[in-house]
Amino acid sequence: MLRLAGVSYRYPGFATPALREVTLELRPGEIVGVVGANESGKSTLCLVASGLAPGSIGGELTTGSVEIDDRPTAGRPLHELATQVGIGFQNPATQLSGVAGSVFEEVALGPMDLGLPARETVERTKAALATLGIEELAERAPRRLSGGQGQLVVLAALLAMRPPYLVLDEPTAQLDPEGTRLVGEALGRLAATGTGLLIAEHKTDLLADVCDRVVVIDGGRLVAAGGVTEVLADPAMESYGIEPPSTVHLERALAERGLDPEVVRG
Amino acid sequence: MLGGYVGPIAIGVAMLLGARAAGVARALLRASLLLSLPIAVSVVLVSVFTRPGSTVLFTIGPFDATLEGVDFAAQTLVRLLAISLSIGLFLLTTEARAFVFDLERRGVPPRFTFVALATIEAVPTLVERAATIAESQRARGLDTEGGVRARVRGVLPLVGPAVITSLTDVEERSLALESRAFSRPGRRHLLWSMPDSGRERLLRVVLVLALLGAVVVRVAGVPLPVVG
Repeated sequence: MLRLAGVSYRYPGFATPALREVTLELRPGEIVGVVGANESGKSTLCLVASGLAPGSIGGELTTGSVEIDDRPTAGRPLHELATQVGIGFQNPATQLSGVAGSVFEEVALGPMDLGLPARETVERTKAALATLGIEELAERAPRRLSGGQGQLVVLAALLAMRPPYLVLDEPTAQLDPEGTRLVGEALGRLAATGTGLLIAEHKTDLLADVCDRVVVIDGGRLVAAGGVTEVLADPAMESYGIEPPSTVHLERALAERGLDPEVVRG
Repeated sequence: MLGGYVGPIAIGVAMLLGARAAGVARALLRASLLLSLPIAVSVVLVSVFTRPGSTVLFTIGPFDATLEGVDFAAQTLVRLLAISLSIGLFLLTTEARAFVFDLERRGVPPRFTFVALATIEAVPTLVERAATIAESQRARGLDTEGGVRARVRGVLPLVGPAVITSLTDVEERSLALESRAFSRPGRRHLLWSMPDSGRERLLRVVLVLALLGAVVVRVAGVPLPVVG
């Protein structure tokens, strides 16, 4: 289990923490959504959960600890953590290595970095491409992909590292509806392989589709947590700058007209 | 006086011949001129009008354009062109993956290879980013086409966003690579082999010896025209 236990984190050069006493658990195969307004601390939470903060970007955990399977991540080498928890960002273009001539090479880069034998690298790469259903992209140049395809390649590259947990910071923010749909489907397939997913997103429709639970972050604190429908349908969410999913809008519109909202839930 | 030109011109011609053999001569010339143009303009302006000299060619206000200034500017320009042609040919004919993994094979730490990679990636990324920003600035009514003055005015609002977003990109790429164990020390089993023929190895040795020879000649002060 990936566990944040009462974690507060301060960026280098800042006096006040950006994350305050956050407690969160992510189990294998589970999808947990993180929602909140801009600057609420979603990205910081992702960096801390992945170990890149403070591991790579500096700063300090002022309280609490991040643990994977009861082992604190603090002080562990980043290349070792990469096999435990992967992180994906918004823009597929900036996450591509720039050293790969094809999608296959791009996905193979992580296993190669781990020093795995070539045969295992090939096997992991093929498996990752198959899980995400993008085998047909294997020979394509990474720079010539659409945004949605690029993000799938990034997910495959992370998956090839075989981490039990993935943290995704707004993975569909720069994607069109088709790209968002592709990534949404891929997230479900990833969870089905037993990978635990922590997804920070503004698109609550996507979260409502794929998540088992959501947590709400505001001012660096978790202010609500629970089942997706229960949390996102709470009218208080709008005060945190969170747009409810379209099903919630529809249910409210039906209720206002005296119709039964159960029709939407089908 | 010719001594300052022979070396850089010889290097430039050699680079262009190499580029022609590799089929990238046109791209090299375009990229090299584009990269050196901003520096070239300032070099010409500063050198021609501020370099003291005895032969005044013409005068603009308080500034004299001297023959010595023109000679100095021309020498600097051919050197600049030789440098940009050399770097351009390297970037156009070297696969990023070959460069990065060859550095690692020679024991260069991953952090340094990332810096090298980011440098190789910086130019095409910056050009791509500038084009995107220009599109969005045009959509907001900024005139980035037309006459020279309009173009210069149009370039200025692109510089800040292009540079800042490029820096952000580099940071995000470094984090993404960390998440794929790029910084792990130790050997990697590559899926591809890097061709390195005997002729290439010999050429490398010859070029390194030529460089060392040029440095020795320069330091010793031997007046050879080949050395700029």
